[in-house]
Amino acid sequence: MIALASIRDLTVTYRRGGDAVAALSNISLDIVAGERLAVIGESGSGKSTLALAIAGLLPASSAVGGRIEWSGLGRIPLLGRDIGFVFQDPSASLDPVMTIGKQIAEVARTHLGLTWSQADARAKTLLERVRLPDPDSAVHAFPHQLSGGQTQRVAIAAAIAAGPKLLIADEATSALDTIVQAQIVALIRQLVAEDGMTLLFISHDIALAAELAERIAVFRHGQLVERGTTAGIVDAPTQAYTRTLLDAHIGLDSAPLLNRAGPAV
Amino acid sequence: MSLLAVSNLTRRYRRGGKTVVAVDDVSFHIEPGETLALAGPSGSGKSTIARLVLRLIEPDAGAIEFEGDDFLALRGATLRARRARLQMVFQDPLAAFNPRATVARVLDDPLRIHDIASRTERPRRIAALLERVGLAADLAPRAIHEISGGQRQRVAIARAIATSPSLIVLDEAVSALDVSVRRQILDLLLDLQRQERIAYLFISHDLGVVRAVAHRVILLDAGRIAESGDARAVIDAPQSTIGKALVAAAPRLKRTTQDAS
Amino acid sequence: MSPARRFLRTPEAVAGAILLAALIAMALVALLFPGDPQAIAGPALLPPFQDWSLPLGTDRLGRDVLAELFHGARASLAVGLAAAAAALAIGSVVGTLAGFAGGLVDEVLMRITDAFQTVPSFLLALAFVSVVGPSLGVVVIAIALGTWPGPARIARAEVLSIRERDYVASARAIGMHPLEIAFREVLPNALPPVLAMSSVIVAAAILTEAALSFLGLGDPNRVTWGGMIAEGRAVLRTAPFLSIVPGIALVLTVLGVYLAGEGIVETTAVRRGLS
Repeated sequence: MIALASIRDLTVTYRRGGDAVAALSNISLDIVAGERLAVIGESGSGKSTLALAIAGLLPASSAVGGRIEWSGLGRIPLLGRDIGFVFQDPSASLDPVMTIGKQIAEVARTHLGLTWSQADARAKTLLERVRLPDPDSAVHAFPHQLSGGQTQRVAIAAAIAAGPKLLIADEATSALDTIVQAQIVALIRQLVAEDGMTLLFISHDIALAAELAERIAVFRHGQLVERGTTAGIVDAPTQAYTRTLLDAHIGLDSAPLLNRAGPAV
Repeated sequence: MSLLAVSNLTRRYRRGGKTVVAVDDVSFHIEPGETLALAGPSGSGKSTIARLVLRLIEPDAGAIEFEGDDFLALRGATLRARRARLQMVFQDPLAAFNPRATVARVLDDPLRIHDIASRTERPRRIAALLERVGLAADLAPRAIHEISGGQRQRVAIARAIATSPSLIVLDEAVSALDVSVRRQILDLLLDLQRQERIAYLFISHDLGVVRAVAHRVILLDAGRIAESGDARAVIDAPQSTIGKALVAAAPRLKRTTQDAS
Repeated sequence: MSPARRFLRTPEAVAGAILLAALIAMALVALLFPGDPQAIAGPALLPPFQDWSLPLGTDRLGRDVLAELFHGARASLAVGLAAAAAALAIGSVVGTLAGFAGGLVDEVLMRITDAFQTVPSFLLALAFVSVVGPSLGVVVIAIALGTWPGPARIARAEVLSIRERDYVASARAIGMHPLEIAFREVLPNALPPVLAMSSVIVAAAILTEAALSFLGLGDPNRVTWGGMIAEGRAVLRTAPFLSIVPGIALVLTVLGVYLAGEGIVETTAVRRGLS
C-alpha cells in the first residue's frame, strides 16, 4: 500500500466575524494510491473542508496547521493537473458563456500542453467517455442547455481532462435524483477504474458511500471519528456515533416507522 | 367521503416556446389521518402537484375537493380562511421563513391571521406549540437564522399545526436534514398524526423513507401516475418501469449483522 | 470584524462621516449660534477674516455670512433628507405593488413610472414649484416627484425575484392577506439595494434644492445656500467670496453624503458576501 497523500495533524480554522471556528482539528489520514475512499459526515463535520484542504482550495481567511505529504505523487499537486474536483453544483463550476467543449479542452491544453485541435479532439473523447448523448454536437452546447445530470457529466469530464491521479467528488450527486445519482456513481466508479485514479468521495449518505468505496472515514464536528474498510465500518463499527449513523439510515429494507393499523377511517 | 379528492388535475407551462405538461390528468384521494406519498424522479411533477393542492398555483384542468367543498371555487377571504385546514412544510426550512423573522413571529402569524388566540394569549400558545414539537419555549425570541436546521424544521411543523389543519403537505420536508435529525422529525410527524389525526401528502424522492412512513404511494413519471397502491407492496415489488428503476437506483446498506436495538 | 469597525477602517467613509457630522452640528447649533441670519450685523460687503466677530464677512445688506451659512445648512439638509426619504418611500411602495401584484397593476404603475422618468426631473421640480408656489414642503415634494422612479424600478426588480421565494409561498399558505405579504414579508427584504441608492439621491436632492433656490424658487423665508449664491452673483466681481463660501459648503456636503453612503454600502456588502 503506497500512500498517495498522507495527511498529518491537519487543523483548519475559519475566522468568522471576530471568532475563530475550528472546521477540522488534528486530522491524520492516509489516502492510499488507487483506492476509493469515502469521507462521510453530517453538516458541520468538516468533510467538505477536508476536500478543499486537499485540493488547496481553502479560502485565504482560513488558518491551516499540520501538513499533507504527497509521497505517492512526488511533487506539490496542482489542481486540474494532479487533482480533479467535482462540486455538488456543477453549474457553479462551469463557465455559463463558454461552450462545454472549450471548457474541457482548456483544461487539457493548459495542463498537457496540447494544441487547440488536439485539445478539442480530447474534449470530444472525454464527452464520449462520460456518455453524454451526441458528443459531436454537445461540444458546441452551453451549460444551461443540459440537464442537471448531464452538467455533472460535463463537470466530471473537465475534472479528469488532464488525467489527474486523484479525483475528489464533494457531494457530487447530492443535488440529483435517485436514478441520475446511481448513473453518476456508476460512471465515477468506471472512470476511476479505467484511469487508475484514486477517488475521494465526500458524502452525507452512508449507504451511497458504502456502495462505492473500499474504505470509509467517518467525520463529526471536525474530528475523525473512525476509519476502516467499508465492511468493517458497516458491519462492526467501533464507535457509537458510527452506529447511530447506520441505525438512522432508512433504506428499502428498514423496519417501518409507521404503525400499520392503517388510517382511522 | 375523502378528506381530499383530486380528479383529472392538469397543469401545463410554457418553456422556450414549447408547452410542457407538468401534471397530466392526475387523480387521487387522501383519507383523514392517512399518509399518501408522491414519489418520482425530478421533473415527474410531484412538487407541482403539491403547489396545485395548496392553490399556490392554479390548474389548467381538473377538480380539487377538500373537506367536501369545491376547493378551486374558493376566492379571497374565504380561501384564506380555509387555508387554516391545509398546511405545508417545505424542503429548506431556511428558505421557507422570512430571513428577518424570529421564531415567535413565525408562530404568531397563523394564530393572529386566523384569530385563534388573543394578543395577550398568543405568547402562551407559542410556547405550547414549541413544546409540542419538542423545542424549548425560550427559543421564541431567537432569529430563524440563529437556530439549527433540525430546530428550524420543527418550527416549520409548529407553524403548520398552529391552525389545527386536517392535511399537511410535506414537500421533501426531511430531504435536506442530516440523517440523525431526519429520523427524529419523522418520529415527530408520525406522533402528531396519531394524536391529531392529521393526513399527510408526503412528497419525496427517497423510497426508503416513503416505505417507512406512508400508507399508500403514488409513483409519478413525467407528470402521470405510473403506479399506485400500498406503500410497502408497491416498493417491495414495483410493476412499472419507473418503479423498478427507482428501486434499483436506491443505495443499499448491506449490513450482515443488524444491531439488536 | 464588526461592520462599524470595518466602516471606521475605510478612510473615505470616515472623511464622509466627519463632513456629515460637522454639517449636522452646524444645522443643530444654528438656532443658538451665530445668531439671526436676517439681522444687520455690520457694514455691508465686509470681506472674510477682517473682523473676528464676523469671520466670514457680511453680504450686500450687512448680514453675517457665517450665520447665513449655518442656517443654510439646516435648509439644505432638511430638504435633501426629506426629499430623498419621500422619493425612497414612494418608489419602494410603487415598486413593491407593481412587482408583487403583476399583471394590469404592474403595467399601469410602470407606465406612470415611465412617464415621470422621461420628463427631466429638474424641469418637473421647476414647473411644480412655479405653479404651487415656493415653500419648504413644496420644494421637498417637487424634488421627490422627479426622483422616485429610480428606487421604484430597483424595488420592482428585487420584488420580482423575492415573490418566487418559498417564504412568500409559505405566507400565502397560512392565509396571509396579499397586502400584508407585500409590505411585511416582501418589501423589507427588497429594501437593501434601494437604500444603497440613498446617498446618490440625497446628494442630488441637495443640489436640486440649491438650484431651485438659486433661481429664486426656494422658500423666501429661509436662508439657503442656493439663495446665497444667487445673492452673491450680483457682486461676483467685487465680492466673489459671497458665492464661493456657500459653493464650497455645497461641494463638501454632497461629497460627505456620497462618501459616507458609499462607505455604508461597502461595509454592508462585504458583510453579506461573507455570510
